[in-house]
Amino acid sequence: MQDLISSDINNDSLQTIKTTCAYCGVGCGIEAQVNPHTREVSVQGDFSHPANQGRLCSKGSSLGETVGLESRLLQPVVGGKTVSWDSALDTVSDKFKRIIDEHGPDAVAFYGSGQLLTEDYYVANKLMKGFIGSANIDTNSRLCMSSAVTGHKRAFGTDTVATCYDDLDHAQLIVLVGSNTAWCHPIVFQRIRSAKERNPDLKVVVIDPRRTATCDIADLHLPLASGSDVKLFNGLLHFLNQNDVLDHPFIEQSCDGSVAALEAAAEDAGNLDSVARYCNLPSADVERFYRWFADTDKAVSVYSQGVKQSSSGADKVNAIVNCHLLTGRIGKSGSGPLSLTGQPNAMGGREVGGLANQVAAHMEFHIEGDVDRVARFWQAPNMAREPGKPAVDLFDAIADGSIKAVWIMATNPVVSLPNADKVKAALENCEFVVVSDCVAESDTLALAHVKLPALGWSEKDGMVTNSERRITHQRALLPPAGEAKPDWWIISEVAKRLGFGEAFNYQHQIEIFREHAALSGFENNPFQRLRDFDISGLADISLEEYQSFTPKQWPINTDYPQGKARFFANGKFFTPNQRAQLVALTSRAPGNAVSQRYPLVLNTGRLRDQWHTMTRSALAPRLNQHRPEPFVEVHPDDAERYQLQHGGIAHLLSQWGQMYARVMVTDTQQQGNVFVPMHWSEQYAKKGRMGALVNPVVDPLSGQPESKHTPVSIRPLSAGWYGFVLSREPLADQNVEYQVKVNAEGYYRYELAAIKSIEGVAEHFQTLLNPEAQFEWQEFDDASAGVYRAACYNKQALQAVVCLAPSFAEVQLPARGWLGSMFVKSSLEPQERMALLAGIPTVGTEDVGATVCACFNVGEKTILKAINENKLTTYQEVGVCCKAGTNCGSCVPEIKTLLAQAVEVSS
Amino acid sequence: MKQRLVVIGNGMAGMKTVEEILAASPDQFEITVFGAEPHGNYNRIMLSPVLSGEKTLDEIMINDRQWYADNGITLLAGEDKFVVDIDRGKRCVIARDGTQVHYDRLLIATGSKPFILPVPGNDLQGVIAFRDIADVETMLSYAKSRRHAVVLGGGLLGLEAANGLVEQGMDVTVIHNNAILLNRQLDNEAAKLLQAELEARGVTFKMPAQTEALVDDGTGHVSAVRFADGSELPCDLFVMAIGVRPNIALAEKVGLYCEKGIVVNDTLQTFDPSVYAVGECVQHRNQTFGLVAPLFDQAKACANHLCGHGVAGYATLPTATKLKVTGIHLFSVGNFLGDAECEFLLFRDLAAGNYKKLVLKNNRIIGAVLYGDTSEGAWYQELLEQRVDITPMRGLLIFGRAYAEPLLLNSESNQATVKSVVSDGKQTVTENVA
Repeated sequence: MQDLISSDINNDSLQTIKTTCAYCGVGCGIEAQVNPHTREVSVQGDFSHPANQGRLCSKGSSLGETVGLESRLLQPVVGGKTVSWDSALDTVSDKFKRIIDEHGPDAVAFYGSGQLLTEDYYVANKLMKGFIGSANIDTNSRLCMSSAVTGHKRAFGTDTVATCYDDLDHAQLIVLVGSNTAWCHPIVFQRIRSAKERNPDLKVVVIDPRRTATCDIADLHLPLASGSDVKLFNGLLHFLNQNDVLDHPFIEQSCDGSVAALEAAAEDAGNLDSVARYCNLPSADVERFYRWFADTDKAVSVYSQGVKQSSSGADKVNAIVNCHLLTGRIGKSGSGPLSLTGQPNAMGGREVGGLANQVAAHMEFHIEGDVDRVARFWQAPNMAREPGKPAVDLFDAIADGSIKAVWIMATNPVVSLPNADKVKAALENCEFVVVSDCVAESDTLALAHVKLPALGWSEKDGMVTNSERRITHQRALLPPAGEAKPDWWIISEVAKRLGFGEAFNYQHQIEIFREHAALSGFENNPFQRLRDFDISGLADISLEEYQSFTPKQWPINTDYPQGKARFFANGKFFTPNQRAQLVALTSRAPGNAVSQRYPLVLNTGRLRDQWHTMTRSALAPRLNQHRPEPFVEVHPDDAERYQLQHGGIAHLLSQWGQMYARVMVTDTQQQGNVFVPMHWSEQYAKKGRMGALVNPVVDPLSGQPESKHTPVSIRPLSAGWYGFVLSREPLADQNVEYQVKVNAEGYYRYELAAIKSIEGVAEHFQTLLNPEAQFEWQEFDDASAGVYRAACYNKQALQAVVCLAPSFAEVQLPARGWLGSMFVKSSLEPQERMALLAGIPTVGTEDVGATVCACFNVGEKTILKAINENKLTTYQEVGVCCKAGTNCGSCVPEIKTLLAQAVEVSS
Repeated sequence: MKQRLVVIGNGMAGMKTVEEILAASPDQFEITVFGAEPHGNYNRIMLSPVLSGEKTLDEIMINDRQWYADNGITLLAGEDKFVVDIDRGKRCVIARDGTQVHYDRLLIATGSKPFILPVPGNDLQGVIAFRDIADVETMLSYAKSRRHAVVLGGGLLGLEAANGLVEQGMDVTVIHNNAILLNRQLDNEAAKLLQAELEARGVTFKMPAQTEALVDDGTGHVSAVRFADGSELPCDLFVMAIGVRPNIALAEKVGLYCEKGIVVNDTLQTFDPSVYAVGECVQHRNQTFGLVAPLFDQAKACANHLCGHGVAGYATLPTATKLKVTGIHLFSVGNFLGDAECEFLLFRDLAAGNYKKLVLKNNRIIGAVLYGDTSEGAWYQELLEQRVDITPMRGLLIFGRAYAEPLLLNSESNQATVKSVVSDGKQTVTENVA
């Protein structure tokens, strides 16, 4: 009986809630088990969600580890002091009001994020464009998909994603352009992989300068020269024309501009061999790709940041879309262009008009009547008439003082924008910086005059839209942390204080959503202004329907009450004449060419286990094990040429800034190209922000920065010493060239390197780690070799470890993994303590090696052992044997590499 | 007919030589042994455990009288068998009681005498050395009735005596004329650990301190120690453990060439080629001895030569040191202080009572001090003796063989030099002769 009672209590306290993932634009459904009393959350994939059908990647699987309160901003802060909400909101509205009164509405700006919910986004856009009277609201989605928006609008008249994930299951050819899908959109990648397993005839082409994990399933990889995509696809268009695979009836009925587009393509890319030379590809491979595309009716082109983050990003999108339009491969099952977005609600931001060059609900500044239409709907007193400043221009305007107050919501532009040092300086000099965020510390928050605590992922409640237009209800799992508030509430409160109370008197986010849905249907018909985005079917949604809303793809209206999978099957587009517009394109080189001084092309991108600027993903220790440090991938020939050693530290410089990163020598990189991950901020890597390097070139049409192509130089850091500290307590800034922080299980890891001499460094750390000599101190000192290692113990438990050496070689600086694993122990065995500073497992215990599978925490050595002992030959067998790769599967390429290694060793 | 071998001295070095002879050539000699102590042959280095009560006298006997009988050895033991003269012309040994024994070969193993501090009162009752069974018996009887013991000398023997007397219940103060305990074996850091441990066990230290005199209680018994600064310390028992001097009185008297000790060559022969000498009484290549390991090596070389094999020579190797105090582990070998040309590998975990120092020169170990965990001492000594280039395993050397050796084995160039001496049965951890 007693047991029954207690189990009842447990059942009562555990709730199962369906929500969505906080990370990429795939928009996976999640089923969360929540204990609201302990704030414990465990997640699994929602089998009923069409986007992921139960799967989750390593990041999504670790969301439960990120909901702790340690790193949260819990109260409003003004000028460094904790204040009440009233006081903080008064400060924000007073200051904005004063600046608007003195300098006009264009002197203020909002900078939002694809992390905002649709309702949050809607309110922010409405306030800025309709009531403050400026269109200076842009978002980090500018860095992510604005080239797709522009490309889509040029071709279709609207920013319409024509296709859906289901098309991947039915395609015969999938072309992945500028997308490391395996790492950046892992669940889409899993879908493609299983489609390929089901259908051996399905061909996958990967077009990417890098040989990424995505190439694992590629039948053809085209490592094209950075930025040469337009040439490649112009060549394809010309090839399709030459080979007579164009869909002439469709063109006649539904397309304008085909002649000009084909002529331009012939002019730009009329000779396949010259195209191949320009793209630095073998002619035979280019021809094979063209041939496959020509021969395959069911072809999906998936494109991501490699296409969009470019000075010709919109052109790249149109080059791809041209090929689909002229072959009529759009709107049909298994064919069409598919833009993968980076963020969970990038699409939601586009719906509400969260970019500076949109009005709202897919209405445009340049289309007559749209501004007035929205103004009427909002009853807006100060409707903005002109587009505002897109991200890069917006921060330039802050830098030159024309924007005097900025409100940054849920993003970290000091890290993520190009020329990020300039952004940092701009904010440092800005008269008034408001940042609303769920975390307490970020490089951007560090510059804020006012910090407003927003809800985190686990507390937010509202709608998000994924890359395939699917709207899902993201539900609150936990009550708000501290005094945190929804973003829509914060913005509305400021709006009320600015005198717009009537228009912002929302009591619940559903009121906002209904208004948003109503606007989407407002005068949306062929006689007034027909738009693709129409969810008027939800304008009267009841609270109960809202709470139980199941994922649907817009449009959702009287014609399509349950949504619609594809657009344009009827050959009708949203241009004034309802015809698609082909764009005549001429390829052009990236904005900045390499030079003698900056001879290498810097490419940037995401990693498998990190997200954006790591404010959330780095809270999950297991996600920090895959790639713990910022690194630069360098081709072996370049490494030799620039005297870089694998594992050493490189100093990268561009005309705009610099960064330090760990060198990884790899032939997956093209010679002349280097790659750095985009994630590290000053919070984790003092001088490891890639944004500082990146050129501020943008696409002239979309304003999206060219983050994939910056000329840089590289040289080894000539360090006086290298080292690392593992510590239960955080370490202050050591003012060295290289300092990287890694959150780990029970401790922090710091990787360090400095130019200055090692003299006195050991003594420095003695004082630093054991200031009052309150801990027991253990050390290994080989002074003449410059090797120093020490550990301090709080009673029997390890408190900190420091290892210093003149080189980074493992014989001098031991591997961190085993040492780190000692922190979970409350006390060490005498033999463990005795040999701790050896840095290798006590003889008799096992070293599992670097983490390969982050979901189940399976190490490289464990996998190799399983392979060798059981004579495993496939990754599926490895999964059966040690679980690795059986959850998100994004480590499968690495497991296959290990399998290949094992074969090499045994043969 | 058998050759006659006479041995003067029934101690460890002499009897080890006899054992080696018996093993190498059992029928070659008719052996006579003179011993001034009335016992069989015992393990002198085990006197400390006897004092501390961990061992009994019986347990430390190496060879009892039966053994001598069984091996056909004539044992002439006791005070009246004290050898007073040698007639080298007639090749004859003469004892105090007039006993004369002729020899073809003579082995002198008269050992050493404790050094007695030349201060007033050093002949008082209650003032002793720590050298033989009689000394141990004296100490044990004082422990029963007296309270204050003072041990002079912070070397191995002094500390063992101090520990033993504490174990027996006395208040013990160690006087040492150096700030570092075991300064011939330990560096400052290891010595501090040792001092802390002994203090925790109840030993008091007064160091550095200069003893000026021993105070008479009026009955001819010691009652206090007076220091140079005028202060006094109550004392019922004063144990001197400040080193030994080779016992060369007999050798000098009969004209054998002596300096600090009886000078011998690599085959342990004195300047009289029919007279051999081994042990603490000898001086070999300008060095005298106080630890047991080299003595055993001498015994081997000496026996080899006596038996006419003529292939072995004695060479002094660095000798490791161990303190025989239960629960205290220290190990010291070679040049543990090093010099400006040396490199040092240091490991400290003072809270856990561990300290290691390896002294390197030209990438080879030339000395080591270990305190606490001494388990790797033998291996370091082996590396030292074999002059192994430790470069490939330098990073892990301090953590011991299991960690470091794989690195060495991986380094092919060094593979040829790796061989184990321990498996040859050689004793690598050796002990001091009490």
